[in-house]
Amino acid sequence: MDTWTFGWTLALIGMGGTMLVLWLISVMILLIRKIFPYQAEPSAAKKG
Amino acid sequence: MESALVSGIQGLFAGVVSITIWQIVMLIIASVLLYLGIKKGYEPLLLVPIGFGAILVNIPLADMMGKDGFLRFFYDAGVLTEVFPLLIFIGIGSMTDFQPLLQNPKIILLGAAGQFGIFLTLLLALALGFDKLDAVAVAIIGACDGPTAIYVSSKFAPHMLGAVSVAAYSYMALVPLIQPPIMRALTTEKERQIVMGAAKLEPISKTTKIVFPIAVTIFASILAPKGAPLIGTIMLGNLLRESGVVERLKSASENEIANIVTLLLGLCIGATMEADKFLKAQTLLILGLGFIAISLDTVVGLLFGKLMCAMTGGKVNPLIGAAGISAFPMAARVVQAEGQKYNKKSYLLMHAMSANAGGQIGSVIAAAVMLSVLQGMGIVGG
Repeated sequence: MDTWTFGWTLALIGMGGTMLVLWLISVMILLIRKIFPYQAEPSAAKKG
Repeated sequence: MESALVSGIQGLFAGVVSITIWQIVMLIIASVLLYLGIKKGYEPLLLVPIGFGAILVNIPLADMMGKDGFLRFFYDAGVLTEVFPLLIFIGIGSMTDFQPLLQNPKIILLGAAGQFGIFLTLLLALALGFDKLDAVAVAIIGACDGPTAIYVSSKFAPHMLGAVSVAAYSYMALVPLIQPPIMRALTTEKERQIVMGAAKLEPISKTTKIVFPIAVTIFASILAPKGAPLIGTIMLGNLLRESGVVERLKSASENEIANIVTLLLGLCIGATMEADKFLKAQTLLILGLGFIAISLDTVVGLLFGKLMCAMTGGKVNPLIGAAGISAFPMAARVVQAEGQKYNKKSYLLMHAMSANAGGQIGSVIAAAVMLSVLQGMGIVGG
């Protein structure tokens, strides 16, 4: 594989791949938050 | 008797007569690193042992990195095996609070944009004639993340480890000087004045905080298996922190283990700075490209911040894009300080911290993606 094919392939897939994986992680975070929503501590709720 | 005396005196002064001009230059460079660490406070935890390691390895005839040298032992055991940076990652994970990111997950995209400098620098390095894997090692300085840079360069270009590590840690320390001029050049005064409301920062459940590192490890490692050691160790550290049931392990990770490994890692990096290996034109190129890499990270992060600003109708202050790098929490503080200069009512810190936490994960993911793509292309073995 010549240098420029290597460079452009790694750069494009690298940038796209990093963006894609991090976007998927952000979706995953939203999903986890939905599944395990925050619930106020019982003692805090009582005081509130 | 006379010849014995002469031999003895020769032996006593062998070091003095053997020292080369280049070793003297390296001793001066090592002293500068010590000065920067001790007097200027630039990443002292790393620069002090690096500087001292560089002194030790440039003492003539001491042969610290020889077959039986004591620095060689630690280098082979911890750097060549890539164990040291991974142990540091456990410590980083246990010290990092991902809550700002969990509260504001969309901001993680700024952490991706903040890694683009890696890939753009890769192209520059190739254009300048670096070998493929050497170019990868230079480009990874753009991760703005010391352990990641060490991990990748020790894997692919151990002969460049000293220069890459010194560049990575030096520029991380210089983020408050490097970023502000770029921030001012790429944003308008109106943009810098944007006040970002107190985002809907919902509280995060403890379960979410515990599940996050486990889910990221499984998910990201399956997508980029070659990066599993990087992802796995940082997330293991974070799990120790968030689980709340292994206080001793968490404490050991962020204190004893991180401290011991930082000391040995620093010494080993310094030990790679032997005069004949370090004093090359290539080292200057590496330092220059490292600077460009971190600048490009900032540029792309800011441009992505501007895009988010446009897409949200001006609700996002583009300055927070500069925090999408891995220098945590320094980059977030720089953004806060810069925002305050133009609008006293602007409190960007929490938003910038989200981007900065995204940058921490982003740098690891970028390296993981890079390693997996290299394997896929057949450039490195499986």
